[in-house]
Amino acid sequence: MSPLLEVHNLKVAYGGIQAVKGIDFTIGAGELVTLIGCNGAGKTTILKALAGLLPVVAGRVAYRSENLQQCPPHELVRRGLALVPEGRGVFARLTVAENLQMGAYVRNDREGIARDLQMIYELFPRLAERRAQPAGTLSGGEQQMVAMGRALMSRPQLLMLDEPSMGLAPLLVARIFATIREISARGVSILLVEQNAALALEVAQRGYVLESGLITMTGSGSDLLGSEEVRRAYLGG
Amino acid sequence: MLAGRSRLALTVGAALLLLLPFAVDLLLGRGWVRITDFALLYIMLALGLNIVVGYAGLLDLGYIAFFAVGAYTYALLGSPQFGLHWPVWLVLPLGASLSCLFGVLLGAPTLRLRGDYLAIVTLGFGEIIRIFLNNLNGPVNITNGPQGISRIDPVAVGGFSLGTTQHLGGLELPSVHLYYYLFLGCTLLVILVSLRLEKSRIGRAWMAIREDEVAAEAMGINTRNIKLLAFAMGATFGGLSGGLFAGFQGFVSPESFGLMESIMILCMVVLGGMGNIGGVVLGGVLLVLLPEAFRHGAGPVQQMLLGRIIIDPESLRMLLFGLALILVMLVRPAGLWPSVRRQRELTADDGAAQQEQDTVYDASR
Repeated sequence: MSPLLEVHNLKVAYGGIQAVKGIDFTIGAGELVTLIGCNGAGKTTILKALAGLLPVVAGRVAYRSENLQQCPPHELVRRGLALVPEGRGVFARLTVAENLQMGAYVRNDREGIARDLQMIYELFPRLAERRAQPAGTLSGGEQQMVAMGRALMSRPQLLMLDEPSMGLAPLLVARIFATIREISARGVSILLVEQNAALALEVAQRGYVLESGLITMTGSGSDLLGSEEVRRAYLGG
Repeated sequence: MLAGRSRLALTVGAALLLLLPFAVDLLLGRGWVRITDFALLYIMLALGLNIVVGYAGLLDLGYIAFFAVGAYTYALLGSPQFGLHWPVWLVLPLGASLSCLFGVLLGAPTLRLRGDYLAIVTLGFGEIIRIFLNNLNGPVNITNGPQGISRIDPVAVGGFSLGTTQHLGGLELPSVHLYYYLFLGCTLLVILVSLRLEKSRIGRAWMAIREDEVAAEAMGINTRNIKLLAFAMGATFGGLSGGLFAGFQGFVSPESFGLMESIMILCMVVLGGMGNIGGVVLGGVLLVLLPEAFRHGAGPVQQMLLGRIIIDPESLRMLLFGLALILVMLVRPAGLWPSVRRQRELTADDGAAQQEQDTVYDASR
């Protein structure tokens, strides 16, 4: 069976600089895959390119064996790709409930949307309490929950998370990662981009290490966690 | 019970609106009925701009250009300029559609721009239209240049003209009253469309774009089309208003469509309460009526207090107007009658730290 997402020799330029210099990776159906690497390694650039927000210079991206190039970003959501952008990008003046409903913008099945909304509130009880509050007044951790819940509302097959731990207190990070694991257990494929390598490798089935726009290492989450090089470079010891 | 009460309020409101021109005529004189008519035109303009600025968050400083397109369309097709006297029911929709087209023309190249950059480009667009109208009197005279176009046909359907006093069942209706009712109807229509848009899927998409364009795109919103739609809808209202203006005024010239007018309409939107229809209507009413009141009131008041006129009422008018604007922005930064969302944004901020604490506490349980 061919993988859900297959990236081949992907090259992306960002502001005149070639940030991603030809990488290959795959994500199988139901898999949780992580891309780890330092600041500026090209992680976010890859996600933005996959989400259609940045033009691809060269390479091929196949999703369910279909070529994704020239597919506008708003079409991707319909096909089952959802991005939780870096820095969350919640609609600050809209309420939590409105934010979540906006996630279902491409859907028309009222009942299904209502059911999924309930499911999100069960996944994040915090959001149920805050449903009538404008998202901009929430704390960072809660905003991350809104962003993730909103992405899930489009019923994605592949959820792309960009630095979900950014700027959060350690306890909240643990909470968010527990939820990521739960979403994965429900059968959603996840591409997780993280600087917090230890946590990401712990939850992921497979991982790719990205350095200056190239993949330097790959393996199962536990293999990479145990690797001497990864330890030295990303885990501080 | 509540339904009964709101129905009563609606009936009383409708009666007041219907009687308004007679009351104004009786108490303040016919000149003020004319000013009221202008207030309605400006409300329509402000509501149109509110779609672009208030809903979609796109700062447009050249909005008056669409008003100009509507007005000149009417003027050219219904005046001795070309000897054309097309019927109103054809010319008004045509002007609105042409404005809509110009809205898309402006929107298309500015899709990637935001904030200050968008403001500069739209400002340039507004000026280009005005300068074109000013100079299109040669080599072929189309717009009659700075002299403008005069003797424009009044709004008339069949034999019923709004340009002259009409008698309906013993009731004498002067021209300004007739235009009042026409403008009132159009304004209510624009309000109705705005209300429907606000609550619609499109309205929500506009708000999402205003809040965060990248995230909106990631939700599956076709931001290009939805932004173009905002420009087009806003421009259509502007064009409709412009056509009505030309028929009402009987004369158009490029100087009616300067930058100051665009700024004035933007002030109505911002001062009244961006994104809130009631606020925008209030802003329109105040910004038409107050300067007029200053103009009429400043002279006599000085005469009474100081015995002579020290400052020319005309310059005092702008001074007081500016002062009023600054005051409102200081005291009520979200506008006189803000939308619930804007108010939230500008007041609620202190709760976040406490919430973070709560969430951390929750997570540790």
